[in-house]
Amino acid sequence: MVEAIQPPAQATYWLVQGQTLFWIVNLLGLACFAYIVAKRITPLLRAQRDPRFDRPFLRLGRLLQFWLGQWRHPRYLAAGIIHIFLFAGFMVLVAHTFYFLALGTSRHATMPSGLYAAISDYAATIVLVCMIVAIVRRILKPARYAVPPRYGKAHTADAIFLLSLIAILMLADGLFEGSLAASQFQQRLAVESLPVLSLAWILKNALIAVPLPALANLYLGAYLVHELAFYFLLCYRPFGIQFHVETSLFSVYFAKLDRGTVKPVRWGVPDDKLDQVKSFGVKTIEDFTWKHMLDFYSCADCGRCSDQCPANAVGRPLSPRFITTKARDYCFQHYPIFGSSHNGQPLIGGIYSEDEIWSCTTCGACEAECPLLIEYIDKIVDLRRGMVDDGKVPQSLQKPLKALESRGNPFGKMEKKKADWIKSPAFQQTCTVKVLNGDHAADTLYFVDSITSYDDRIQAIGRATAKILDRAGENFGILGAVEKDSGHDVRRFGEETLFMALRDHNTEAIKASGVRRIVTADPHAFNALKHDYKDVPPVEHISQFIARAVEAGRIKLNPVEDPNSVYAYHDPCYLGRHNGIYDAPRAVLDAIPGLKRVEMARCRDRSFCCGGGGLALFYEPKEDQRMGVKRVQMAAEAGANVIVTACPFCMVNMEDAIKVAGMEGKMTAIDLAELTEKQMR
Amino acid sequence: MARIFAYIVHKAGVADDSAAELVAAAKKIDAAQAPTAVVAGWGAELDSVCESLRASYGEVWKIANESLAYPNAELVRQALVNVLPAGCIVLLPHAHFATDLAPGLSIKMNAAYVPDVLGVDAVEGAVLKLVRQEFGGQISAHVRCDISSGAVITIRPGAFKPLEGAPAGGVVVDKSSAVGPLTTGRRYLETVVAETGDVDITKYSVLVSIGRGIQDPDNVSIAQDLADAMGAALSCSRPVVDAKWMEKSRQVGSSGQTVKPKVYLACGISGSFQHLAGIKGSPFMVAINKNPKAPIFRVADVGIVADILEFLPELTNQIREK
Amino acid sequence: MEILVCAKRVPDTSENEIELNSAGNDIERDDLVYSVNEPDNYAVEEALEIVERTGGTVTVVTVGGDEDEEILRREMAMGAKQAALLSDDTFEGSDGRGIASILAAFVKKGHYELILTGVQADDGAAQVGGMLAALLDYPFASLVTSIEFQEGGKLKIGREIEGGNKEIYEIDLPCVLSIQTGINEPRYVGMRGIRQVASIPIPTLGKAELGMNGFSGKAAAKVKCTDYFVPPMGKGAEMLTGSQGEIIGKLVDLLKAKGGLK
Repeated sequence: MVEAIQPPAQATYWLVQGQTLFWIVNLLGLACFAYIVAKRITPLLRAQRDPRFDRPFLRLGRLLQFWLGQWRHPRYLAAGIIHIFLFAGFMVLVAHTFYFLALGTSRHATMPSGLYAAISDYAATIVLVCMIVAIVRRILKPARYAVPPRYGKAHTADAIFLLSLIAILMLADGLFEGSLAASQFQQRLAVESLPVLSLAWILKNALIAVPLPALANLYLGAYLVHELAFYFLLCYRPFGIQFHVETSLFSVYFAKLDRGTVKPVRWGVPDDKLDQVKSFGVKTIEDFTWKHMLDFYSCADCGRCSDQCPANAVGRPLSPRFITTKARDYCFQHYPIFGSSHNGQPLIGGIYSEDEIWSCTTCGACEAECPLLIEYIDKIVDLRRGMVDDGKVPQSLQKPLKALESRGNPFGKMEKKKADWIKSPAFQQTCTVKVLNGDHAADTLYFVDSITSYDDRIQAIGRATAKILDRAGENFGILGAVEKDSGHDVRRFGEETLFMALRDHNTEAIKASGVRRIVTADPHAFNALKHDYKDVPPVEHISQFIARAVEAGRIKLNPVEDPNSVYAYHDPCYLGRHNGIYDAPRAVLDAIPGLKRVEMARCRDRSFCCGGGGLALFYEPKEDQRMGVKRVQMAAEAGANVIVTACPFCMVNMEDAIKVAGMEGKMTAIDLAELTEKQMR
Repeated sequence: MARIFAYIVHKAGVADDSAAELVAAAKKIDAAQAPTAVVAGWGAELDSVCESLRASYGEVWKIANESLAYPNAELVRQALVNVLPAGCIVLLPHAHFATDLAPGLSIKMNAAYVPDVLGVDAVEGAVLKLVRQEFGGQISAHVRCDISSGAVITIRPGAFKPLEGAPAGGVVVDKSSAVGPLTTGRRYLETVVAETGDVDITKYSVLVSIGRGIQDPDNVSIAQDLADAMGAALSCSRPVVDAKWMEKSRQVGSSGQTVKPKVYLACGISGSFQHLAGIKGSPFMVAINKNPKAPIFRVADVGIVADILEFLPELTNQIREK
Repeated sequence: MEILVCAKRVPDTSENEIELNSAGNDIERDDLVYSVNEPDNYAVEEALEIVERTGGTVTVVTVGGDEDEEILRREMAMGAKQAALLSDDTFEGSDGRGIASILAAFVKKGHYELILTGVQADDGAAQVGGMLAALLDYPFASLVTSIEFQEGGKLKIGREIEGGNKEIYEIDLPCVLSIQTGINEPRYVGMRGIRQVASIPIPTLGKAELGMNGFSGKAAAKVKCTDYFVPPMGKGAEMLTGSQGEIIGKLVDLLKAKGGLK
């Protein structure tokens, strides 16, 4: 085809031939980028190992779902849609970009035509529109973008700068094509058809009457601007949140597959060799694994995690977003692009405060929300392990930890009293509970755990659970005095050694009892037995048991008596979010004839943590309000006057919150097992 | 029976209440003997204390020395060692001063030492059979003490009720010259007075007091509501201050404030003697505690076994309605 | 600064129910959980904080038998560099003075500038610190809640007295101080820490090594505990019964009668 105006490779830019210039630009740009990326990789090479190369097909599938499919994005609808369009536009433009870059270095290069060209023109237009919307959003920003002063300053100017550069890139692209088409039109040559209403088409029509020399300059200028903007962006992205453009692919591919469990102290070091590890946990940035560091780079600073974080919502010093961005800034500062790296600074007392790290209840709302699948719980646990190793444990937690060590439960109650709850006179008449101690055996173990065994109020949940198992004809027993705390929260509060002692003790007791199944009403125990313990029989939560029994007709439920009761089910974090059990408890409630049930706005994987279980009950955080209070208010807002939960810790927190919020008489709390037992025929 | 001396603690010219209790304790050891008071100090304040003691003690030994103007236990100990006869029995009130003074005194006098005695069961020649408590007051113990070379015994405040009786008409004997030179490796600098908080609990006639049973700093408001409804002040025991849930100025006890209310509600307080030591004047005491075996129920007038977190809000409502 | 802390292994009162045994001559010890006496733990933490500022080491010592070694290990896991167990059959039955004499003999074998004990232990006697100081002729202060360093090798200490007030003294070194709870926030010691010191040998010293004579053991004890008993209830409180509503009604009436309500 006759060229309307000289293509960039052949044109002369201020005495330099285009081809030469752009070879230099490309080489320099790529070299710069490679150097920067190499510098960014340096701390990852010094980090701890993390085996993430297993199960490639599963990982690929998730990559397609979460990265390509942008699965999590629509959870925040407006921003989600913008980003999906943006991402789609970028994906489409990848090939286009390579062609575009080649244009400057080869006299024979051409741009693609036909369907792909049309699609990429629309893509560029959509990206431009997204940029404009995004810039406006940065100015009229949503609350979750805000940066509280103690975390630093907002990077609004930087964000707008980057967004503008992308917009300029798109404009340059459009100008390039538009000016070419306009020049072709003026010279009565075959005009490359541009799709209607695309940016290029608009610009073509705008420039249609501009004199040819000016068009030629615009054409070549647009190309140069595009090149420079492209390489500037490429090299600038690794300095901020935009680095996620490159790292997100890896971040999502290598994301954690096994939910509910916590990483070992050191990958590759088995439990019996842990004594040789000099230091437990994360104390300096190099103690994190390479994947965790990659997470720091990949954060797009969207704030969705902190928006969902219950600790953040009640004014505790924790905000997950800033856990990540502070660590990222720390990496950038201590492993700079120019200059030597200096490492080994302690994180606690530096970028993180002790209270900040102890404030987390490990509810997982942040992890459930993050579009990039960034992990938080493992990092918090690792930081806690580091603090425990250094003896920096808050006094309020030292007492229950000591009690766990000497008595096997955080209350310090005596072992021989663990099964006293089965001896309550009224209960004993209707239900006998076997203690599996060699004299008795059973198929099923009811793992009671500490709070249900020892707390006066929560023992009622234990009795209700036992009655349900009995009525459903289950051959079950409890371990009694030999059962120690599951250790679930001991582990998540960083005391790995104590956890292992509890786990090993319980594992032996469970094996010795000869049971083939385990049932528990405590989601924390459930999660521990399912994910933290090895070599124990399969475990089920009582809600699953009841749902099956109701469906099979082994348990029949009476209709509700009070027509004015409206029930809202609160998803416990360790039943719902961490283990995906949302429907079984709801099926049980819906099987009670006449029961009116409403859903809270924040339900299922958006459930709002009650305040935490296990050791979290003992920790005294600085907060504006209790999480439980917010939750019972949510139940009231949904129109409920009864909040149903399936976790003993949720129960403690809800009943406490009802008192503190002054809602006695307006709201009651009941456990799923207690409700079932009440309605059982 | 050896001679019995009672060491008198005093402040601003007034003898401590324990002075009368020590007489009662001495009489339990030897009913036939009129115990001797020994008082150390300086100046007009010392004289005034000695005068006041003549009513209850047969003899009052005055030890006046300028370096004893402030009661530095290290110096007082030396003075006592020089003044007191070998083989005697010395009684002191079990409190801050005795903790400093008495153990070392027993060594220097080569005497037996029995601290925090609640009762005298029997006297068998040169052996006293005494009653003490251990394990935070949960268990009592009988203790045999060989007094053949003397004894230093500290008495639990409030354990021995002061005796009624005719004035003893005692004489003041000046023993200052027997003191000898006093040197010490511990020099008194000053006393830092605790900051008065917003509320002076010693001025209230009705107190609602909370202990460990309140469980959580957020629950303190439940007790404050009750105090407001009753027109009372809110006070607490030591664990609540140690956990930093309330200010030190609200603590009732031997290391906190001494209060003399008419009515005292002990909520979730176990009843350790250090706490009870801060309550004077036998108020009407109501104890509310989840543990039916809590020691507080031994000393309260009225007891309720209940969870204060449930009981107090209901009580507050009822009071407001009346 | 070389600091010695004297510690004791005691039944943990908060995690135990103290009851009489069936013979009535001691408490039931079968189900008891033991740990280091809480004020002693505060003393070790204080000592560790001091040597972190001034350099030196912390030594922990206890008088007892093999079962008492575990608290020495725990304090070593906390950071004490040295420990010693003072154990001998003839130490059995020692009274407070006996224990203090044994400790004094140990002190004389070393060079300690500061000796700390906890204010009191399970028997509530609060005696060993003061006795130890008198035996060594060192100045002493009890119920210490703050320690500061002055120039010239002296300390400025605060001790608690009634009313929440605090006496401030200047004290010469070497001295003995008994430490009150709440003076600091002891660091956490976990199972891992204890495991790491599990195989460090702890020297045991008996009567001969200490060069002792007299004053310890049953024969020399002037004070002996003969038996334990549960204190009689006496009159005790009048317990209110009934439903919570009924109890509250009765209580409100009583409070009104006694002038407890405005």
